[in-house]
Amino acid sequence: MEQKLFDTNVQWTKYRVLREVIRRAYEGGLENAYTIPRAIAPGPKAETRCCIHKERAVLMDRVHMAMGGNKENPNVIEVLYEACDECPAGGMIVTDVCRGCLMHSCKEVCPKGAITIVDHRCTIDKTKCIECGKCAQACPYSAIIAQKRPCIKSCKVKAISINDEDKAEIDNSKCISCGACVVSCPFGAISDKSLVLDIIKMLKESENNTRYKVYAVIAPAIVSQCRFGRATQVVTAIRKLGFHQVVEAAIGADITLYNEAREFKEKMEESENPVMTTSCCPAFVRFVENNFPELKDAISNSVSPMVMAASLIKHSDPTARVVFIGPCAAKKFEYTLEKTHGMIDSVMSFEELQAFVDARGIDTTQCEDSTLDNASYYGRIFAKSGGIAQGVAYVAGKMGVDGVKPVAMNGIDQCRQHLMLLRAKKATANFFEGMACDGGCVGGPLSITRSPKNVFDVDKYGNEAKEKDIDGSVRLYKMTMKEDE
Amino acid sequence: MIAIKVCVGSSCHLKGSYAVIEEMKRVLKKYDVEDLVDLQASFCLGHCAKGVTVDCDGVEPAASGEQVERTEKGFILHSVNAENVEQLFATEIYPSLQLN
Repeated sequence: MEQKLFDTNVQWTKYRVLREVIRRAYEGGLENAYTIPRAIAPGPKAETRCCIHKERAVLMDRVHMAMGGNKENPNVIEVLYEACDECPAGGMIVTDVCRGCLMHSCKEVCPKGAITIVDHRCTIDKTKCIECGKCAQACPYSAIIAQKRPCIKSCKVKAISINDEDKAEIDNSKCISCGACVVSCPFGAISDKSLVLDIIKMLKESENNTRYKVYAVIAPAIVSQCRFGRATQVVTAIRKLGFHQVVEAAIGADITLYNEAREFKEKMEESENPVMTTSCCPAFVRFVENNFPELKDAISNSVSPMVMAASLIKHSDPTARVVFIGPCAAKKFEYTLEKTHGMIDSVMSFEELQAFVDARGIDTTQCEDSTLDNASYYGRIFAKSGGIAQGVAYVAGKMGVDGVKPVAMNGIDQCRQHLMLLRAKKATANFFEGMACDGGCVGGPLSITRSPKNVFDVDKYGNEAKEKDIDGSVRLYKMTMKEDE
Repeated sequence: MIAIKVCVGSSCHLKGSYAVIEEMKRVLKKYDVEDLVDLQASFCLGHCAKGVTVDCDGVEPAASGEQVERTEKGFILHSVNAENVEQLFATEIYPSLQLN
């Protein structure tokens, strides 16, 4: 396995730690986990940090996260104390490029009057500056830069601040665990906790699926992740890890669509101005709960596709254990929520899956193809922004519900914009698809790769589904839940 | 009450699980045994090469034909499709149901 298979060096380092932890979980040596940093960074020269000792201390933080992180902290996202490089955060800074021009458009656009021209040079009064960035945009020489910490910049809910020790700190009451900071930190100093050791224990104790069966529910975004072989080969690899079977989360999405359309229909019967948001993105749901509590009742009561797929499995096999595999950080907390009724037993990221497969010496490219086909076209395109909006409009139309006006809110900024309009009763839409990640789940933070082409892979995958419509999934659901047709 | 589980794992699904389920529903109704049989789905019965498979739990196979494989609590039917559901039901399952 080579570094180039990941988008960044941060992922590569995280992967190497995970792979070693998993390898030792099977082959022994985990009790001496403190030797992992030395195994990964043998030295004597440090690659990125000031010295090899610092580098190993950072790696030890990563080992800790790979083994589950701080159990006292309920957040699935944590700052790695040693890894946080205390980046400068000087705010708006005028560089030497400033020529002290006559136009000084910087001064003109500043809404706070924070800019004066002193000695032929732009000067910013930090007590007045609100770091809006307008001056930086206006300067024809690009002489003004915003020096912000990447983590703080990435956090759309302003949950990250700088603490007394100059380290990044996450405010759990604001954090929605979307994982944007995990992706953005150039030092890899913010990370998700891994549950992979719990999963290994679950697999081992199943005694090759004889005591109970362990199912993997896999997110549709997997199709965009297959740099290491086809999705159908990845399915074989997952089974070789010891899972009984792999089921598409998208079959749950089919049913979520059906339930959301049905719920919307009920709302239409009750109210002249029905309003509903989706509930499948746990980071979005938390975003609404934290920031738009007055809109909480608009959130759909339907469980997420992950939970629905698991629920189908557990109805047919009550002793089953279900592990969700996906690109999402927020699913790592969603599965613990009361409303999911313990349907999901654990969550693994795509990054962790790759480390797991490699740690077990499985070459995905050499695996035979397994079939992966449970869900319909519509369930599969849930993975991209706009997929649910498209699906619900179709399903509602089939149910004879007129007047669904869906909007796809792509990323937290768009979610905020549309929900503010909704709160002000100025929204033109009435069905709000909310996804915290840009592009939808295909842009999930724990993906192996986040490429703009991912969305095409999802479209292709959607088109390959045997079921073109959700009817088959819905009939299966009704039969399983003993609902009358 | 016996449980009939139709496999809906990926492989069986591609071979037509949903059609088998619909046909099975029709057959159960036709033979008026809907109250005696709990029709369910299962995500993989572990016989992917011989799909569609149907697990019949709590019942003995009446004829033990070629498509029958015995299990601890009953039997599994292999290579089931919408065309042979009724015949398999009539020969293997129906005679073993405890009908009053």
